[in-house]
Amino acid sequence: MSEKILLKGNEAIAIAAIRCGCDGYFGYPITPQSEILETLSEMNPEKDTGMIVLQAESEVAAINMLYGGAGCGKKVMTSSSSPGISLMTEGISYIAGAELPCVIVDVMRGGPGLGTIQPAQSDYFQIVKGGGHGDYHTITLAPASVQEMNDFVNLSFELAFKYKTPVVILADGVIGQMMEKVELSPIKPRWTDEEIIKLHGDWASTGKTPNRKRNIVTSLDLDPHRQELFNKKLQSKYSEIERNEIRYESLLCDDAEYLVAAYGLSARVSQKAMELARDEGIKIGLIRPITLFPYPYEAIERLVPQMKGILTVEMSAGQMVEDVSLAVRGAIPLYFHGRTGGMLPSPEDIASVIKSIATGNYNPENFPGHNKVWLK
Amino acid sequence: MDITDIIKPENKVYGKSRLLLDKVMHFCPGCSHGTIHKIIAETIDELDIQEQVIGISPVGCAVLAYDYIDIDWQEAAHGRAPALATAIKRLYPDKYVFTYQGDGDLASIGTGEIIHTCNRGDNVTIIFVNNAIYGMTGGQMAPTTLEGMKTATTPKGRSYISSGFPMKITEMLAILPGVVYATRQSVDTPAAERKAKKAVIKAFKCQKLKKGTSFIEFVSTCSSGWKMTPTEANTWMRENMFPVFPPGDVKDETGF
Repeated sequence: MSEKILLKGNEAIAIAAIRCGCDGYFGYPITPQSEILETLSEMNPEKDTGMIVLQAESEVAAINMLYGGAGCGKKVMTSSSSPGISLMTEGISYIAGAELPCVIVDVMRGGPGLGTIQPAQSDYFQIVKGGGHGDYHTITLAPASVQEMNDFVNLSFELAFKYKTPVVILADGVIGQMMEKVELSPIKPRWTDEEIIKLHGDWASTGKTPNRKRNIVTSLDLDPHRQELFNKKLQSKYSEIERNEIRYESLLCDDAEYLVAAYGLSARVSQKAMELARDEGIKIGLIRPITLFPYPYEAIERLVPQMKGILTVEMSAGQMVEDVSLAVRGAIPLYFHGRTGGMLPSPEDIASVIKSIATGNYNPENFPGHNKVWLK
Repeated sequence: MDITDIIKPENKVYGKSRLLLDKVMHFCPGCSHGTIHKIIAETIDELDIQEQVIGISPVGCAVLAYDYIDIDWQEAAHGRAPALATAIKRLYPDKYVFTYQGDGDLASIGTGEIIHTCNRGDNVTIIFVNNAIYGMTGGQMAPTTLEGMKTATTPKGRSYISSGFPMKITEMLAILPGVVYATRQSVDTPAAERKAKKAVIKAFKCQKLKKGTSFIEFVSTCSSGWKMTPTEANTWMRENMFPVFPPGDVKDETGF
């Protein structure tokens, strides 16, 4: 029997990091994710696995510690929440530009500005569309359960090193704080320094040995021809990621005439709303993008012909809905229901929206939060 | 006797370090960076630690330091080199890690990172090149710009009323218990250069002995930014920079 324990989402991230052979965690406290740093500090993995845990002086320092650690081939991770992620964004651009593997956890809270400490999904644009300067993407995984918080840590490291790119686990305050039963990941030993040289010695700065040229970790190239070639290389890497790494879940779509598109906590709530709507005879399905970059445009596109309408549910004023709209391309009406400021969508509200769409009585004024016909 | 009688291996008393690459340096004539690079390359070579060294270059004139010294490098975002150094040293405690930063990088945008790396006593070496001006971006005011000194952004001279005072960051950092060695050097004469090299060797030895943070400020010239000939710049530095930034040890608790 594999180990199953009750954990908060944030604790699951911390424990998964230790178990998957992470070498270093560098973080700064911010609600609602401070338990990640606290759990790691409490567990003190340095004595068991040698994993370093360090409270940085700022998110800016933390992300640059990540750059340094990743630049010498180590498995490194940080976590923060929305305002902290804004501070890290410069560093994420440098990490993408230097093609370094690392894992960043964003447990989203409401904004803009200091906003609120309550949950939200309003960092979608910032994380999924790049966020920092320059043409880059981060692979983005959106967990919808504490189990996925656990599972995505190891997956993120695998993807990060496979593509030499930063990977973001984009969760929200609810997923970070809620408790569920989790089957822990198998324990992987950390790489030895010799293994790192064998695996990553062609790029990582581990100390120049006579058998190779010096390794330089940088995102700078002042030659415009070479810089454009580098940008083309980055873009072809993103194309490869789009070919290989799209992940999504679809539920009850076979007979569905209406579709809900939602990720993370919004998808969990929408699942319950689906049950309520189906009880009233409305044939409704759900598509849940698990990777937000790469985005499952085609999976949504394939479902469009059988649908009479699509509803996107988010804890934002409408961000992922723009990607849904790219997949739907105006073929059928696209509706939006969003909550912000730490307010959560309720199954009853979502079910009412669905019912009003199915019965031709949709009126955005009737529902709380942000509601509109996004595209007719 | 002609020159071929003199240039023989047995007559060699000094040569370019094998760690200094043959690439032509982009630094302006009279700039101190080239000499400081040479001292670092010679130190790493003489201590025979090339395979254990990771250097961190800054944003500024020394951004391309990785083109000149034959070791592994990381190039940091502006001011963040000490954060990289902290992580690398924690993950590889037996490697030698040093940052190479200018005054804008270390004393302006990077004050948070340098203070906390020094405060943790991270076992790294900081090379701080202070030429009182932003060289690469074209001669703007730095935190270390002298009072009255004309720059592109202080055309009438730096006034403490609007822009504060030249920052003595080496003294500020020296009060932190994590800093074991803080010294101010220059490379304007052969004698100063020899002294500076001793300081760099001592700083790297601090790492070997896991003593804490070692910090070397180089009071330096920027003839282009100062709009002077190299000779004028050296004289101006001695007459104007040294009174504010006096060369010598600020703190030495190394015990060796």
